[in-house]
Amino acid sequence: MKLTLKIWRQENAETKGKMVDYIIDGIDGDMSFLEMLDVLNEDLVNKGEQPVEFDHDCREGICGSCSLQINGEPHGPDKLITTCQLHMRTFKDGDTIVIEPFRAKAFPVIKDLIVDRTAFDRIQQAYGYISVNTSGNTIDANSIPIEKENADDSFNAATCIGCGACVAACKNASAMLFTSAKVSQFALLPQGEVEADRRVLAMVEQMDKEGFGNCSNTGACEIECPKGISLENIARMNREYLKASVK
Amino acid sequence: MSILDSKIPKGPLEDKWSNYKNNINLVNPANKRNIDVIMIGTGLAGGSAAATLAELGYNVKTFCYQDSPRRAHSIAAQGGINAAKNYQGDGDSNFRLFYDTIKGGDYRSREANVYRLAEVSGNIIDQCVAQGVPFAREYGGMLDNRSFGGVLVSRTFYAKGQTGQQLLLGAYSAMNRQINRGKITAYNRHEMMDVVLVDGKARGIIARDMVTGAIERHSAHAVVLASGGYGNVFFLSTNAMGSNVMAAWRAHRRGAYFANPCYTQIHPTCIPVSGDHQSKLTLMSESLRNDGRIWVPKKIEDAEAIRAGKKKPTDLSEEERDYYLERRYPAFGNLVPRDVASRAAKERCDAGFGVNKTGEAVYLDFASAIERYGKEKAFTSGHKNPSKEEVYNLGKEVVESKYGNLFQMYEKIVDQNPYKTPMMIYPAVHYTMGGLWVDYNLQTTIPGCYSTGEANFSDHGANRLGASALMQGLADGYFVLPYTIGDYLSNDIRTGKIPTDSVEFDTAEKEVTDRINKLMNASGQHSVDFYHKKLGKIMWNKCGMSRNAKELNEAIHEIAELREDFWKNVKIPGTANTKNAELEKAGRVADFLELGELFAKDALHREESCGGHFREEYQTPDGEALRDDENFKYVAAWEYTGKPSDAVLHKEELIFENIELKTRSYK
Repeated sequence: MKLTLKIWRQENAETKGKMVDYIIDGIDGDMSFLEMLDVLNEDLVNKGEQPVEFDHDCREGICGSCSLQINGEPHGPDKLITTCQLHMRTFKDGDTIVIEPFRAKAFPVIKDLIVDRTAFDRIQQAYGYISVNTSGNTIDANSIPIEKENADDSFNAATCIGCGACVAACKNASAMLFTSAKVSQFALLPQGEVEADRRVLAMVEQMDKEGFGNCSNTGACEIECPKGISLENIARMNREYLKASVK
Repeated sequence: MSILDSKIPKGPLEDKWSNYKNNINLVNPANKRNIDVIMIGTGLAGGSAAATLAELGYNVKTFCYQDSPRRAHSIAAQGGINAAKNYQGDGDSNFRLFYDTIKGGDYRSREANVYRLAEVSGNIIDQCVAQGVPFAREYGGMLDNRSFGGVLVSRTFYAKGQTGQQLLLGAYSAMNRQINRGKITAYNRHEMMDVVLVDGKARGIIARDMVTGAIERHSAHAVVLASGGYGNVFFLSTNAMGSNVMAAWRAHRRGAYFANPCYTQIHPTCIPVSGDHQSKLTLMSESLRNDGRIWVPKKIEDAEAIRAGKKKPTDLSEEERDYYLERRYPAFGNLVPRDVASRAAKERCDAGFGVNKTGEAVYLDFASAIERYGKEKAFTSGHKNPSKEEVYNLGKEVVESKYGNLFQMYEKIVDQNPYKTPMMIYPAVHYTMGGLWVDYNLQTTIPGCYSTGEANFSDHGANRLGASALMQGLADGYFVLPYTIGDYLSNDIRTGKIPTDSVEFDTAEKEVTDRINKLMNASGQHSVDFYHKKLGKIMWNKCGMSRNAKELNEAIHEIAELREDFWKNVKIPGTANTKNAELEKAGRVADFLELGELFAKDALHREESCGGHFREEYQTPDGEALRDDENFKYVAAWEYTGKPSDAVLHKEELIFENIELKTRSYK
């Protein structure tokens, strides 16, 4: 296939960026989207030009490094996958593909398509944990039975990879889906219940501090989430928050 | 040649660790506040150790090349984590886990280390559950287990196909607690460029801020390398794109011995290579072998017809299929260890029975599992005479609940529905058992420089069993290193902060900058990937699943030539004082080009077959690995003396007091 790529180029956080057009040929449907960008970069390097910088690492949809707004959608047109799992068979010969970084005030651009998502880390540092020492002197793992449904729901929330697609998809650049997934994972387990109130208050406070927008229930985050994190988590976080605030 | 001192405590095997803990020096809490530790890598081994050390009171600095510690490649581990809990009551015990691990490693690991690993394994599960790791559970609320290759019990704890992710998020949450307390400072998007030695002790590192390009000095009383394995020396592997050997290799060049570099795990169940554009390979969890049956056509004509697209796998009847693992290894069947399964797949494909376009793939078939589960479910839900379709649908549900995300991953990559047609799989480089030589304390041959997790060599011998990497990473990090490092640091309570304005830091920083400048100023003929791919081809073809003296000798020369060419002609656009992905890759490939040669040298010197190291010259008449315990029952630890070809061999003789050495048989 032959494709036209319109890619956001930006030298660093201080400079202004712009869209640059590239024509690329010989792309095979079995290539992943990032392998297509590898081909482009190899060309650019051979021409002595600066390759396009983008975040990526595991290339199997689990580390959450890759991002990219592809034709206006986080992680591209396919559902329930990350950009690294998107394959070129989704596109056809002659297509134009627009590639931009995830856009949000709380995610400043570092270079080209790389954004700074450390705001997510700070939300987790605020209280995204259970205060248990790592000495191993805890109780036996089977001493508290956990209802399978709760364990499964907790797991489903915990599969969030922290990629930021929810923020990029949201017109308010809200981080509610991310934060609520982290709150839910713990809130659904007896081990996490003990500190549930403090946790939700601290994490929401940090989320607000980072400059993410509010949730207006459009549901775009859930649709674009590569891991299918459910909006129910937001409802749960709101409940937890309310409960904690009135105490 | 010197004899290496592994510092194994005296006494009976099962008492060694307790006795050791009772007799080491401790650092009092007030003094811990004056001691700094640097942690390179934030995967399971690094993240868990960083959290624990910080919790004990040490000041910890963590470094990772990713934008967040939570993205380390431990996150991609799928299947599970072993622990000798014996919750299933199927006869498991610390000793059995120890025995399985030693045998699985083909008797090339250290008894005392492996026993300690088994001993603390149960604690890991307790710890993780307390941290909120949502393991899979049964309806009764208890933890569920599954079985993995090379063992006859169910001791693997799991969280669907995302066990590594859940465990890493657990370790990361423990880190976050300490970051919040100010006890851990996390340096993300940072790469360790060198380790700094002062008076022969590891006292700090030189790091590069990958966003600004700034070269930084960081000092500490000890440096821990938890930087993972070196599978990317093959270019194509299941490792993350950024996984590299730089931290371990820099330490090796400064005096840390590198042990058993040739022990590489080629994992049997990966998605086959589809073309030259391929940038990495994707693993399909070993847990799939619990329910999937591996086969190729019995008749070569059928294999040819399938390759040509004239026949489909579902066209072949049961009689026309060769379930070669079940045929060759009736006792373990599809659950033989990874090295055995990989070689058997290669043997069939080399003989012409491979199934995809390239001829390098075998089938992993779930049809019988779907049928079996479907019938079971129909029975328990009271369907007396379920139709074929009902059975299929019910069975599919069960398989989906167990492996759903893996099936989805497969479908996205290959564009085929694995519920309807068998998966195609082929072995791929996955894990490296070799690594920095460490003693019982996990200390390398550089005092104050420790190594944990995949980066060290210690626990898996010549082949790692499935679900043991997560166990080792967390055992080292949560429960072993925090004790052993304390014994060393107890000598540093009066040392005070290590200054970074010393000659040693000056020299190390200058060497790092010179190296970067040399890379930036090469003539600019070929990209970094050009060299990396070439290196990968040499490694895969001549140091891969089977090796021989002739090709290993060729590899040594070819890699040395390639390395010379790389330093002269590599092309890196842009500048060094900014984000520069090509420069980052170049630094890593430069080290792979040295490691690759040592790898081949090690494989050449080991004139036996054991675990993942298969020398064609040393095999039994029926093609099984032929070990030579008389001459090679040792750890090969290599000392750097200027270039890989001149590396000096040191041996650590392995002593087996509790296990009788046998020919490994899974038949």
